[in-house]
Amino acid sequence: MNTDKKQRHVRGAIRVDPRQSVSKIEAMNIEKPIDFHAYPDTHGRFGPYGGVYVAETLMAPLEALTEAYLRLRGDAEFLAELDRDLEHYVGRPSPIYHAERLSAHVGGARILLKREDLNHTGAHKINNTVGQALVARRMGKTRIIAETGAGQHGVASATVAARLGLKCVVYMGAVDMERQAINVYRMKLLGAEVVPVTSGSKTLKDALNEALRDWVTNVADTFYIIGTVAGPHPYPMMVRDFNAVVGREARAQMLAEYGRLPDAITACVGGGSNAIGLFHAFLNDRAVRIVGAEAAGLGLASGHHAASLAAGRPGVLHGNRTYVICDDDGQIAETHSISAGLDYPGVGPEHAFLKDTGRAEYVGVTDDEALQAFHLLARTEGILAALESSHAVAQAIKLAREYPKDAIVLCNLSGRGDKDVHTIAQREGITL
Amino acid sequence: MNRIDQRFAELKAAGRTGLIPFVTAGDPSPDGVVPLLHALVAAGADLIELGVPFSDPMADGPVIQHASERALAKGVGLEAVLGWVRAFRADDAATPIVLMGYLNPIEIHGYERFAREAADAGVDGVLLVDCPLEEAATSAAIRAAGLRQIWLAAPTTAAARLERLCGAAEGFLYYVSFAGITGAARLSVAEIESRVAAIRARARAPVAVGFGVRDAASAAAIAAFADAVVIGSALVERLAGSADAEEACARAGAFLAPIRSALDARTAHAA
Repeated sequence: MNTDKKQRHVRGAIRVDPRQSVSKIEAMNIEKPIDFHAYPDTHGRFGPYGGVYVAETLMAPLEALTEAYLRLRGDAEFLAELDRDLEHYVGRPSPIYHAERLSAHVGGARILLKREDLNHTGAHKINNTVGQALVARRMGKTRIIAETGAGQHGVASATVAARLGLKCVVYMGAVDMERQAINVYRMKLLGAEVVPVTSGSKTLKDALNEALRDWVTNVADTFYIIGTVAGPHPYPMMVRDFNAVVGREARAQMLAEYGRLPDAITACVGGGSNAIGLFHAFLNDRAVRIVGAEAAGLGLASGHHAASLAAGRPGVLHGNRTYVICDDDGQIAETHSISAGLDYPGVGPEHAFLKDTGRAEYVGVTDDEALQAFHLLARTEGILAALESSHAVAQAIKLAREYPKDAIVLCNLSGRGDKDVHTIAQREGITL
Repeated sequence: MNRIDQRFAELKAAGRTGLIPFVTAGDPSPDGVVPLLHALVAAGADLIELGVPFSDPMADGPVIQHASERALAKGVGLEAVLGWVRAFRADDAATPIVLMGYLNPIEIHGYERFAREAADAGVDGVLLVDCPLEEAATSAAIRAAGLRQIWLAAPTTAAARLERLCGAAEGFLYYVSFAGITGAARLSVAEIESRVAAIRARARAPVAVGFGVRDAASAAAIAAFADAVVIGSALVERLAGSADAEEACARAGAFLAPIRSALDARTAHAA
């Protein structure tokens, strides 16, 4: 691992202008390295990204939420309650697992999997919903709303709402409801109302719009559980905090079980909640390379993808400044990915910041590459990964090939693939 | 002098309540925008709010969402909207135009470039739905170009923020008459009245009230204490499905006429 190069790359938020004199560049290198754990600032900014870009009617509920969350964030009793729920309800800690046959098959570095697929409800999403539901209860809210794409966050929200006896309404694009019928039924079994969204492209972004509209109208009794590290402040910070348990555990497990940190870590990035969850604890470990795998769909050059960081540009969407996929008139584009959970034209603002500072790399993984990784993991390790997570596995395989056998690549296996069995069968022309 | 300031000064001198219709640019037809703007003026509009279509209008209800989708489907974008304002200005040098929309199209266009082109086309103010006062630095170039940035206040706006909004208000302050999306039907006149009174005691800028104003009766009730009344969804709904530009103009006239009369009758009564 080329540590020196990495160190220079992330030092200082200012990008080095090649036209500047060498002495100026050297002067910049004397600056203190960025403390990535100091973000966001009090205004919800990660450098130029993040912020609170919402209608006036949302300012009061967001301020109330920010105030409540900042208080709870340092409240020992709240944190103890959260830890108890994570242990006894979610099933934490999740193990890191050495995928030996997969690693041998690839023939490069050791691939370790952080097994978020073993959590209750089958994905990392529950880390966040358990946390936000506790915040909702402390704020005296009786109604939970959520948006969902693949349905995983909707299921995780319906789950915690059922457990706490809160009413739950989930907004889901009509197209996604069709693609993910099993998760729709699962939410209904958990007592949630699933509302089809028929505006715009009828997918995740439109579900998010509709949930925001609901919240604006019902702020008095309603708590909006956003499922990813996007949205207006404090959501990118709060959702990250609740998912950061993934990286905290993984870092401690690495030190305890392997006596060292991994050489590279990777995770899939849609909105980016599982990725930031894994990355956050490692951000100040400059020697650890960080790679986010975005959905390249049919290929970045095809235009049919959901790779906001690899192929988008800075813009404003859903309450924050971040990288978005839009046309030259600023209209948000429809995205494509085989995995509904990555099919989103924006991305969490902290990822935008990590990209610009060079602390993390973001690359595209195509539908086909993700499917190949899905099959390979199933056959070599007996694990059906979610299609979202299969993007990360594909990237871990690529990374493993770049490193020697004694190196370690840690991959976040963010969810299990049971929900995707139908999609995969259909894609391969098999009738179940 | 900015046309918005000029127009509110005239309204005040005449003791009249301003009428501010909102239409989505390009709906019901891109060809009919300029004639429609003139028809709004002929029907008694004092200012016009022109909506810039956006793919993700998160603060709008179904009526304006659909108008936006229809306009986008016909290829309407920011440049077309500025072109229509320029064309309108050729025959109307007095009626202020406020563009209402979301940040991303302007962000992609570039704030300085947008500000320059909008001012040059004859735009007088900009209402950016997803740009609260806290993000005012984002849109500084717009204000620097002499355009008025119209800020919103809502029933949920806390006292301290309201104070800041009143201090920052320029052109006019837009009071959202309830916490919800555009086009919803709830309205408590007594509550709006007390909030507007509080704003008028603090802000030098005039106060326009919108969100939920649907007809002559609700407009007249609001006019008793507001400097201007904004009518959006109800008008957009009325225009939708017009066969051609001519019909859209006729519908706009028929819809606004009784509202204008109600506002003027109130003025006459007060006099």
